[in-house]
Amino acid sequence: MIILRAFILSIFLLQPALAIDPGEALSDPQLETRARALSLELRCLVCQNQSIDDSDAELARDLRQFVRQRLQAGETDGQIREAVVARYGEFVLFRPQFAPHTFLLWATPLLIMLIGGFWAYRMMRNPSSNRAETRLD
Amino acid sequence: MTAELGHFALILALCVALVQASLPLSGVLRDNPAAALALGQRAALAQVALLLVAFVLLSYAFVRSDFSLQLVFANSHEAKPLIYKLAGVWGNHEGSMLLWTLILAAYGALFAWRVPTANTAPSHAMPPRFAALVLVVQGWLGSAFLSFLIFTSNPFTRLDPAPYAGRGLTPILQDPALAAHPPLLYAGYVGFSMSFAFAIAALMNDARGRDWARWMRPWILAAWVFLTLGIALGSYWAYYELGWGGFWFWDPVENASLMPWLSGTALLHSALVAEKRDTLKRWVLLLSVLTFSLSLAGTFLVRSGVLTSVHAFANDPERGIFILAIMGLFTGGGLALYARYLPRFGADGGFALKSREGLLLANNIFLATATVTVFIGTIYPLVLDALDMGKISVGAPYFNAVFGPLTLPFLIILPLGPLLTWQAGRLIAPSTVLILMALAACLVTLGLWFSQQNISLIALLLIGGVLWLATGALTDLMLKLRPYGLAGLARPWRLPSAAFAAPLAHFGLAMMIVGIVASTNWRGETVSAVSAGDVITISGTQLRFDGVRQVEGPNYRAEEGRLVYLSGPHKGTVLAPQRRFYEAERSQTTEAAITTDLRGHLYAVIGETTGDKRVVRAWYHPFVALIWMGALAMALGGVFGLLARRPKSAKLAA
Repeated sequence: MIILRAFILSIFLLQPALAIDPGEALSDPQLETRARALSLELRCLVCQNQSIDDSDAELARDLRQFVRQRLQAGETDGQIREAVVARYGEFVLFRPQFAPHTFLLWATPLLIMLIGGFWAYRMMRNPSSNRAETRLD
Repeated sequence: MTAELGHFALILALCVALVQASLPLSGVLRDNPAAALALGQRAALAQVALLLVAFVLLSYAFVRSDFSLQLVFANSHEAKPLIYKLAGVWGNHEGSMLLWTLILAAYGALFAWRVPTANTAPSHAMPPRFAALVLVVQGWLGSAFLSFLIFTSNPFTRLDPAPYAGRGLTPILQDPALAAHPPLLYAGYVGFSMSFAFAIAALMNDARGRDWARWMRPWILAAWVFLTLGIALGSYWAYYELGWGGFWFWDPVENASLMPWLSGTALLHSALVAEKRDTLKRWVLLLSVLTFSLSLAGTFLVRSGVLTSVHAFANDPERGIFILAIMGLFTGGGLALYARYLPRFGADGGFALKSREGLLLANNIFLATATVTVFIGTIYPLVLDALDMGKISVGAPYFNAVFGPLTLPFLIILPLGPLLTWQAGRLIAPSTVLILMALAACLVTLGLWFSQQNISLIALLLIGGVLWLATGALTDLMLKLRPYGLAGLARPWRLPSAAFAAPLAHFGLAMMIVGIVASTNWRGETVSAVSAGDVITISGTQLRFDGVRQVEGPNYRAEEGRLVYLSGPHKGTVLAPQRRFYEAERSQTTEAAITTDLRGHLYAVIGETTGDKRVVRAWYHPFVALIWMGALAMALGGVFGLLARRPKSAKLAA
């Protein structure tokens, strides 16, 4: 078991992340910028928490090429994302889409700010008990 | 034999910790606090001594490469340099938990040793009842973690027969920065056990006053300094070791350390309000409990293997459940005591937004939101998966999308806090200075807007905000130093260290954000397959590739590339990136070659061969060093804050 684990570790964890290979980049700099931005948002499915842009796994390379082919075919970022999700599922997106089941993920920061703001507002309007206590000191 | 002694010392330490957790408590309950304290103090000192014995014996086994110990066999090798044999002690689960427990006991013992009761001015004295309760809480924590060690993670397990050679330490962990990373991180995590213990003692003691907030602050500050340094060191290591210059991956384990840091930063600031203004006490107590819970959660997330991540190198569900139980016990217990005794504390409030305490409260709302964001982003995929509602990933793009807009208003209010007085909220700085600060920030933002093409709006606004923060911090420093005049500046070592604390920490934050924004927005990158003699151009700099040679290290073989600068002030400088192969561990690492110039880092690595050519990757990371220099400045600000407290405690020790 330990040996198996060490083996898995040595494959997935210890391989340094090395980004794209020579010759992969598109000649059009604007398309290439879009390709990089998209690649950073797509998860390499055989790695541990790496984007396909950071990974040198076979699958990541294929997906990078897939993204670039689609870009050259003139598709939008949204269409490409959808195509990748259709293939691999939502798990592949590092930035989850805004949907009912991700509502709390996106709304919580805002909710906390609002609750915090409301709490602070009430606290500032209610100075009574604190003053009483200060007198006792 | 030494291993059995170590094991025995651990068991004794558990017995002592159990005594520390129980007898002083009964002393306190029977109204004999002086005796309770005296016993607690002795127990705390005995506990740390025993743990030190265990730790030294384990280190000795690593240094001697005693492969009859399972742990040494699995994590060490004779061919390793001495420093990594030592670092191997905490480069694994059992040893690092022993270090965790040792640091916990050390904090308790330090408190027991310096507790300000006898021989002090009455105004500074801590009631024995309070001090005894702090030691009781530390005793409970020690008992829990020692049980965890002894029953699930014994570092002294023997192997029979002993193997001839060990398996070695994962090569990417064989690095000076990573040798120091866990001890610093743990000193940070565990340091928050002190504010937790103080909060529990304050809750159980009929504490109408606010002295506990003053007693608590140096411990929060110390924990915060360690945690800042520990996280920064880990980030710097990832930057040069993982091979392409990323410094933060929003990886679950990184998030686990960021959460207590964020809430610890909030605690640091709100404890100041409790100490100076006698309000926000309920919030400070809650935050103390939660910050330590997050430290425990950090340990849980890393050690249980619930999360897949780059660092989850030791995991075991059984241990996870044990740590989960410890976490539940202390978080649940802390919150129960909080609910029970809260009515003793007056309601928070009684101040205006436009005052230093008002802005510190706003700071806490931002930091709390940031903490919750990291928390929800880390556990959301787990919860969704557990509820069978789908598998999603939450990664860097999510956190960047939330943190950008969250940081901006935070940067705008931050420098105003120190420039307002407490209570009345009078502006300390002349308003012309504020106008100039704002003008400078706006001008630079507009200048960048027109001169730079590929820059996102949020990056632009953040740079403006950071300039406002940096000039604000300098103004704060100048106002604090003004009373000492030029004569004071001529002898800087005589200036009060308190004056430097907040300005330095705030300036450090500004440096860090500039580093993050600049290095992500203006990064240059090139990937090419080259033969000897070919020239690579990266961000206007030309490098000639001179081929690859073989080199021998102490416990590895390496391929070393040679790149020579052809232009610029560094002309002639040689970059020598390596790919190392570790025989004993059968794995490889990439060692980047980095040169620093005024604007940033040139970062080069060599890759595999393709045909007769070699893949060479080079990056230019502008201003990236500011990230870690900023962290260092923040930590230094914390150290100045601690030094400012010294005169009082020196009096206590006398």
